Amino acid sequence: MRHTISVLVTNEFGVLARIAGLFSGRGFNIESLCVAETTDPRVSRMTIVTSGDDRIIEQITKQLNKLVNVIKVHDLTGEDYVERELALVKVNTTQENRAEILSIVDIFRAKVVDVGPRHYTIEVTGDEEKIRAITELLRPFGIKEFARTGRIAMARSLRTK
Amino acid sequence: MEKTGAEILIQSLVDEGVDTIFGYPGGAVLPIYDVLFKFSGPLRHILVRHEQGAVHMADGYARSTGRPGVVLVTSGPGATNTVTGIATAYMDSVPVVVFTGQVPTALIGNDAFQEADIVGITRPCTKHNYLVKDITELARIVREAFYVARTGRPGPVLVDLPKDVLTAKAEYVRPDKMELPGYQPTYRGHRMQIKKAINLILNSQRPVVYAGGGVISANASVELKSFAKKLNIPVTTTLMGLGGFPGDDPLFMGMLGMHGTYTANMAVTNTDCLIAIGSRFDDRVTGKLDEFAPFAKIIHIDIDPTSISKNVMVDIPIVGDVRSVLKEMLDAIPTGKRLSDYKRGIKGWHRQIKDWMRTHPLNIKQPRRGRIKPQYVVERLYALTGGDAVITTEVGQNQMWAAQFFRFKRPRTFLTSGGLGTMGYGFPAAIGAQVANPDRLVIDIAGDGSIQMNIQEMATAVQYKLPVKVAILNNRFLGMVRQWQELFFNRRYSHSCLGKLPDFVKLAEAYGGVGLRAEKVGDVDRVIKEALKIKDRPVLMDFLVDPKEDVYPMVPAGEPLNKMVLL
Repeated sequence: MRHTISVLVTNEFGVLARIAGLFSGRGFNIESLCVAETTDPRVSRMTIVTSGDDRIIEQITKQLNKLVNVIKVHDLTGEDYVERELALVKVNTTQENRAEILSIVDIFRAKVVDVGPRHYTIEVTGDEEKIRAITELLRPFGIKEFARTGRIAMARSLRTK
Repeated sequence: MEKTGAEILIQSLVDEGVDTIFGYPGGAVLPIYDVLFKFSGPLRHILVRHEQGAVHMADGYARSTGRPGVVLVTSGPGATNTVTGIATAYMDSVPVVVFTGQVPTALIGNDAFQEADIVGITRPCTKHNYLVKDITELARIVREAFYVARTGRPGPVLVDLPKDVLTAKAEYVRPDKMELPGYQPTYRGHRMQIKKAINLILNSQRPVVYAGGGVISANASVELKSFAKKLNIPVTTTLMGLGGFPGDDPLFMGMLGMHGTYTANMAVTNTDCLIAIGSRFDDRVTGKLDEFAPFAKIIHIDIDPTSISKNVMVDIPIVGDVRSVLKEMLDAIPTGKRLSDYKRGIKGWHRQIKDWMRTHPLNIKQPRRGRIKPQYVVERLYALTGGDAVITTEVGQNQMWAAQFFRFKRPRTFLTSGGLGTMGYGFPAAIGAQVANPDRLVIDIAGDGSIQMNIQEMATAVQYKLPVKVAILNNRFLGMVRQWQELFFNRRYSHSCLGKLPDFVKLAEAYGGVGLRAEKVGDVDRVIKEALKIKDRPVLMDFLVDPKEDVYPMVPAGEPLNKMVLL
């Protein structure tokens, strides 16, 4: 089963390598991983999407906790949480289809952030489903480039920092 | 007054209570060696002959005393040579702090001369590691390194020191605070879990204690003994746990696992309540996982949460320091009828165990004439030393025979590479143990293959007049490899015969040590007695033993524990 794990780590060089090394060294799987500083510059938050049975996930959270640089591990799965991802999609345009593309952008509350003679670059934010849906709708026009951030997530309750 | 980084490092070591450094100089650490040249404080440097030897020595120092061992080496090859030693210490949870030189910060990443990314290389085999980028961090990092190495589940920590940090200047203030928000080991056990565990034990009819190296790391052997005695529970230990429970106690069943005793393996297979204490269900212990302790409810006490339910699902996990949890458990044991009913209930179990011990003892018959049996050498070492020695081993048959036939009575007297299985460990580890315990008898039980992997340290032992004894069980083979080829590869002895061996007696003499040889059964006692008399030099005893001897009992890899091949 797929799990989204939020990890607070000390913001030092080498921490990402430690986490990545833990996953590769023990044969755990990383589906996506996002890292950035929190409001406290000494602390970063990593959001890791991984998969495995209960026992593997238990080992993953315990092993993460064991790292000296890891301050807190929170498996969000099974809780109420929000997750977001941002994607940039560069799509081919022609005179005829621009209006249609713009209406798709509108429906998904996405944005055109760059325009050229033969392309739009579209920014879309949402959960995985939404990103997949807009990608599928844009695909017939010809996607020239595609980049996504990977997921970030946060529990809805006030309990967590 | 301002000090250089090198001076701060040495002062920090003194402030940590370090009395010995095992090291080898080189370009990047010259500033530190220059400080040592002038230093007159309570800090001794042992010059090794290979950096791997330095780490094993620090490891032997640490295992035999419980205090962290310290290593100092240069950058590049000096650092990479420590890796096997570090991985050995990591697998066996030994507190070692390794200081490596590094090229100046401005050159890092430029493929400079003798540059290696040792922090990257050792990340998966250290408990934690550091690159010191600024002299102002140095004192704090050294303090943290020692703290992390010796607390929680102990382990090796590496600190990489760029040359410019060693020559820069700063004020030295011993930091009173460490910034380790992510490092808070749990020491006390959970009260409810402890209560549940005691209940489970008191309701069992066939309890067994399975104790590991954690008992020794936590200095919990006294508590383990009281616990086993109070509840009258038979005890088996892992290889790493030997010495954690007295080997001559009537409750002791010997080691379990691949080369464990019949009694220990049968007891674990039949127990209804397995109490795992500071042990981690290694594959050499469990055999086939699905059939390990099939009737048992399992209690597992360990300081490392990742060890719990990693290989075997347990019923009552207790995370905490083994010693403090055992103390809490001792206090929670009820007295009166509940306890006496329980004790009555396990009488049959004790009869069964006595029976197994009687029908399947570990012993060896040494014919008066004919070849020396390697087990006999270990038995004689035990008898002639009264068991009062620190024993180290190499890896393979020598290690298993030492584990089976020497009865370890006290903790920190059996030093062996259990997890990584490092050939070449025993001799330098013995030197480290001898440095730490100058008045004790230290013996490395070795094989003719393993001893050659760090034989160069003979020079170190001679230089520092260390009377380490080495007993080579010389069978002219990589014995354990040969045994596996015999049993599982239809006697195709591919490259396991060491066709050409040095003359070990002459070799010892060439280094300035003493060499002795036993060719006949009658020589064994004479050689041991002669070796024991020598107090100022290392002694190498070359026992020419029966090359066909195998280690039994044996549970073939992947088989359940009760499917032992017996002699």
